[in-house]
Amino acid sequence: MTTLTIDHVSRWFGNVVAVNDITMTIGPGVTGLLGPNGAGKSTLINMMGGFLAPSTGTVTLDGRQVWRNEAIYQHIGIVPEREAMYDFLTGREFVVANAELHGLGAKAAQKALATVEMEYAQDRKISTYSKGMRQRVKMASALVHNPSLLLLDEPFNGMDPRQRMQLMALLRKMGDEGRTVLFSSHILEEVEQLARHIEVVVAGRHAASGDFRKIRRLMTDRPHRYLVRSSDDRALAAALISDSSTSGIEVDLAEGALRIQAVDFGRFTALLPRVARDHGIRLLTVSPSDESLESVFSYLVAA
Amino acid sequence: MYDPTVARLTYRALLGRRRALILSALPVLLIVISVIVRGLVGTDDQTAADLLGGLAIATMVPIIGVIAGTGAIGPEIDDGSVVYLLSKPVKRPTIIFTKLIVAIAVTMVFSAGPTLIAGFILNGNGQQIAVAYTVAALVASIAYAALFLLLGTVSRHAVVFGLVYALVWEALFGSLVSGARTLSVQQWSLAVAHEVTGGSMVTSDVGLPTATVLLVVVTVLATWYAGQKLRSLTLAGEE
Ligand SMILES: Nc1ncnc2c1ncn2[C@@H]1O[C@H](COP(=O)(O)OP(=O)(O)OP(=O)(O)O)[C@@H](O)[C@H]1O
Ligand SMILES: [Mg+2]
Repeated sequence: MTTLTIDHVSRWFGNVVAVNDITMTIGPGVTGLLGPNGAGKSTLINMMGGFLAPSTGTVTLDGRQVWRNEAIYQHIGIVPEREAMYDFLTGREFVVANAELHGLGAKAAQKALATVEMEYAQDRKISTYSKGMRQRVKMASALVHNPSLLLLDEPFNGMDPRQRMQLMALLRKMGDEGRTVLFSSHILEEVEQLARHIEVVVAGRHAASGDFRKIRRLMTDRPHRYLVRSSDDRALAAALISDSSTSGIEVDLAEGALRIQAVDFGRFTALLPRVARDHGIRLLTVSPSDESLESVFSYLVAA
Repeated sequence: MYDPTVARLTYRALLGRRRALILSALPVLLIVISVIVRGLVGTDDQTAADLLGGLAIATMVPIIGVIAGTGAIGPEIDDGSVVYLLSKPVKRPTIIFTKLIVAIAVTMVFSAGPTLIAGFILNGNGQQIAVAYTVAALVASIAYAALFLLLGTVSRHAVVFGLVYALVWEALFGSLVSGARTLSVQQWSLAVAHEVTGGSMVTSDVGLPTATVLLVVVTVLATWYAGQKLRSLTLAGEE
C-alpha cells in the first residue's frame, strides 16, 4: 500500500502561481490528473517526484518526505514529459543503465523491455526511435525496479492509437496489481478510459475530484451557454426568455449578439429554431460558447 | 563515491563524435604548429617554452577544461535528461564526484598528452621543458575540471562564461595585470611544474605553498558546492 499525500502545496515562479494550495491523496490504483494546458500538472508531478520544492506545503510518500530524499526513488518510477533521454545509447543500453543505477542488472532491464514490448528495437539507437517508442523505453526505465508508485507526465502524447491501447492496458494492469499509478493528461476521454479516480486541476487550483461518472456529471449538468446572432436580437430575446429552458439572456452590444444560458439542453435546441421561424427572425450564428475543455474546466472551478 | 554507470554515461556523452572532434581540434593544432616550428627554427629551448606556455598551458588546457568540465553535466541539465540520474537512489555528491573524475581524465588526456608530444617534437624534452609543462597541464586539468563542472551545474550559459574566463582572465588579463596572476589556475599549476623540474625555464608568479593551497581549496570547494547545487536542482516545466 503506497499513498502519496499532497498537503496544502503551493508553488510559484516569481509572480506566477503555478500550483495554488492543493491538497490531495493518491492511493493504489490508477489516478488521472486532468487539466488544460498550463494548469499546473507538470509542476505538481515534478513536486510529487521530488524534482521541485513546494513553495509551501509538503509532499510525502507513506509519511516520508519526497524532496531531497534520494532513498525514496527505490519506490518511485518516473516517466517525464520531456523528450530528452540519452539519445546516443541504444534502448537496451539505456534501460540497463537505469537498472544499474538502482543496483540491478541486465536481467531486470530485459524484463522491463519485454513488458513494454520493445525488445524488437532494443539494439537501435534511441535517436532513431519514434515518439511512441521513446515513450515505451521511458516506461521500461521507470518500471525496471518494480516501483510501487508510478508517475507519468502526459504519457500518451504522440502515441498512435494502438500504442495508446497497449500502454493503457499496461497501466491498468499495474493499477490492478495494487500499485499507485498517477498520470496527467489534458484529454478527458483519455482519463475516463483509464483512471479509476480523477483529480481535476485548473489554473493551479484543485477543481474537482472523484470517479469519471462524477466528473462527467459535473461537466454535462452545467448550464450550456450559446452565442446567437440573428436578424432581430431583441425580438428573439423577448420570445425566448419566457420559456423555462432558458435561465438567462444577455444582449451583448459590443459583439452584436445574444448570450443565452440554457438549462434544458434538449428542449432549448428544439425551441430556438421554432421560435425564430414563428417570429420571422433569421438565425445567423448559433455557437456553443463554452464547449471547449477550457471553459468546461472554468465552470468546474467556479462551482 | 564513484558510480561506474554514471561514469560510463558521462564518457559516452563527452566522447560522442561531435564533441570528440571539438576536443581534438586544439591538440591537433598544437602538434601541427610544433612540427612547423621545429622545421623552421630547429630545436630551441626558449621557443619551446614560449609555445608550450603561451599556446598549450595558457589557451589549450583551459579551453579543453571548459569543454570537458561543462560538457560532463551541462547538456544533461539543459535538455532535462539528468532526470534519469536524479530519479535514482544515488547520492548527488556521488554523481558530481564521478563526473569530476571523468572530466579530469578527459581533460588530462586531451591536454597533457598533446603537450608532452608537442614538447618532444619542439626540443626533445631539453631542460625537462616537455615534462614540466605536461605536469602543469595535469595539475591544471584537475582544478579546471572542478571549476567548470560547477559552472555547468549552476549555469545554462556555462560554456560562454567558461570561455570568457579561460580566454580573458587566464590568457589575456593574467599576462597583462600581475595581480590577476595570483588568482590564476595557470600560475598555480606552473608553480607546481617549476618545483617538479627545478629548472629556470618554467616559472610562476606564485609560490608553491600558496599555489598548492589554492589548488586544493578551489577543487574541493567547487566540487562540494556542485554537489549541494545538484541536491536542490529543480526541474520545472519547459518555460
Ligand atoms: N520554470 C518556470 N518558470 C516560470 N513559470 C513556470 C515555470 N514552470 C511552469 N511555469 C508556469 O506555471 C504554470 C503551470 O505550468 P505547468 O507546466 O505545470 O502546466 P501543465 O498543466 O503541465 O501544462 P501542459 O499541459 O502544457 O503541460 C504555467 O502558467 C507555466 O507558465
Ligand atoms: Mg505539463
